[in-house]
Amino acid sequence: MFWLNLKRVSKTGFISFWRNGLVSFSSVFVLSVTLFIMGSLIVASAFLNASLSELEQKVDINVYFTTSAPEDKILTLQGRLENLPEVSYVEYITREQALEDFKRRNKDNVLILQSLDELEENPLGAVFNIKAINPSQYEGIAEYLEDEMGQDIAGESSGIIDNINYYQNKIVIDRLADLIEGSNKLGVIISIVLLAMAVMVSFNTIRLAIYNSREEIGVMKLVGASKSYIRGPFIVEGVMAGVFATIIAVLLLFVSMTWLSSATVEFFGGLDFAYYYRENFSELFIILLLSGILVGMLASFIAIRRHLEK
Amino acid sequence: MSLIGFDGVSKVYADKSVALDDVNFNITEGEFVSIVGHSGAGKTTLLKMILAEERPSKGQVTFGKINIHDLAGETVTDFRRRIGSIFQDFRLLPKKTAYENVSFAMEAAGKDDDSISNDVPEVLELVGLSSKMWNFPHQLSGGEQQRVAIARAIVNQPDIIIADEPTGNLDPVNTYEITQIMKKINDLGTTVLLTTHNKGVIDFLGKRVITMDGGKIVRDDKEGKYILDK
Repeated sequence: MFWLNLKRVSKTGFISFWRNGLVSFSSVFVLSVTLFIMGSLIVASAFLNASLSELEQKVDINVYFTTSAPEDKILTLQGRLENLPEVSYVEYITREQALEDFKRRNKDNVLILQSLDELEENPLGAVFNIKAINPSQYEGIAEYLEDEMGQDIAGESSGIIDNINYYQNKIVIDRLADLIEGSNKLGVIISIVLLAMAVMVSFNTIRLAIYNSREEIGVMKLVGASKSYIRGPFIVEGVMAGVFATIIAVLLLFVSMTWLSSATVEFFGGLDFAYYYRENFSELFIILLLSGILVGMLASFIAIRRHLEK
Repeated sequence: MSLIGFDGVSKVYADKSVALDDVNFNITEGEFVSIVGHSGAGKTTLLKMILAEERPSKGQVTFGKINIHDLAGETVTDFRRRIGSIFQDFRLLPKKTAYENVSFAMEAAGKDDDSISNDVPEVLELVGLSSKMWNFPHQLSGGEQQRVAIARAIVNQPDIIIADEPTGNLDPVNTYEITQIMKKINDLGTTVLLTTHNKGVIDFLGKRVITMDGGKIVRDDKEGKYILDK
C-alpha cells in the first residue's frame, strides 16, 4: 500500500505541478531568486576568503641578523622557529644571498655598486623571512624572538639579531587581521539576513499557492482522503519547484559569473569568479539543490498543515 | 435496521445562535429521505453532523452502532469513505478531469489500479458521461458537473449518499435528470439523504419528507409532499 500510495502521490504531484501553470511558475521564480542569492553569497564568501588569504600570503616578518652572527646560531634559531605551531615556514637568506639580491635589485645604480666594491666586507647580515599560519600570530612570533635572544627593546638587538621589522609592519598587519575578522563577521550577518529574507519570500509564495487550493483540500477531506494522501502531492510539487529553481539558479549564476569574470580578474589581480564557479560547480549544485528541495518541501508542509487541521 | 440516528441533538454556536434544537429521527437502510426547510432551518448543520464536520452541543448522532462524535483523526477519514457526498456547488477538483475526480475517491480509499480502471468508466457511464470523462470541470455544464459529483459519491459503494441541495444550481431539465439518477441509485439499494427547496423534486420522488423550521423537526411524512410555506 505504501508504494502504491507513493506512486500515486508522486504522479498526482507531478501532474498538478504542470497544470498549476502560473502558480507553479511563481513559486519556481521566487525560489530561483532565493537560490541565486544563496549561490552568490557562497561564491562571494569563498572569493573573499581566497582574496584575503592571498593578501595574507604577502605579509611576513623579516629578521635581520648582525654581520657577525655565527651561522650555527642562526640555524639553531631557524630550527626552533620551525617547531613553533604558529610558524608556517622560515626562509633563510644567507649573507651572500642577501648581497646578491641587493646587487640585482640595484644593478642600474652605479653609485651603489661602486660603493659596495669599495667596501672590503659584505655589509649585509643574513635574513629570516618568516610566515605565520595566521596574521594574528605575528605578534607572538616577534615576542618569542625577543625572549629567545634576550632583547629588551623590540628591534634593538643585543645579540645576533640586528632588527625585526614586525613593529614597523605591525599597523598594517593588525589592520589586515581586523579586516579579515570584520569581513568574515559582516559576511555572515549579511548572508543570514539576505537568506532569511529570501527564504521568507519563498515560503510565503508557496503558502499563497496552497492557500488557493484550500477548497480543494476541503473536498479531498470530504471524499475520505487521509492527511498524508492530501499532503503528499503538495510536497511533491514543492520538491519539483526546488529542482527547477536550482537549475535556473545555477544557469543564472553561470551567466553572471562569466559576465563578472574579466572584471574580477582585473580588479583582484588574477582571481576569477568564473573559474571558481566551474571548479566548485558540483558542490555548489548539490548545496543549492538540497536547499531548494528543503525550502520547497518545508514551505508546502507547513502551509498545508494549517488547512488540514481545520 | 437504523443507519442514521439523531437522539435529542441540539447545536448552539458560539454566538448563541441555535442551529438545531432537540432533533430526533432515524433513517433505516435503503430509505430515501428528503429534508426540506427554509434557509437557516438547520438542514446543512444536520448534514455536517453526519459528516463529522460539526459536533452536537447536546445529544448524539449515530451511524449504525458508531457514535459519530467519538471518532477522531484517521478514523474520521475511514468513516467518511462510507458516505458519498454531493453538494449544490459540485465541489469538484478543478485541476482534475472528470475521470480523475472519480478515480481520486477510489485512490483515497486505497483501491487497486485494476478496480479503478474498471469501475470509473462504468460509473461515469451510469451517469451518462462516458464521452466526457477526459473533460475538466470548466469544460462541463452544471448538470454534467453534478453528474461527475454523483459518480464520485457512488464509486466506492457507500452506505449512504448525502446530497445537500444537489439541484439548487441546475435548470429544470438537469434537475429532473439528476433526481432520476438519485432515485436510480436508491433503487439499487443505497440509502439517500437529500436536502432541497425544490417542490418538483419532492413530488416526483414521493418518498419520506422531514420538514425543518428554526432548528426543529416540524413534520415527518412517510410519503411526503412539499408543504413548505413560501
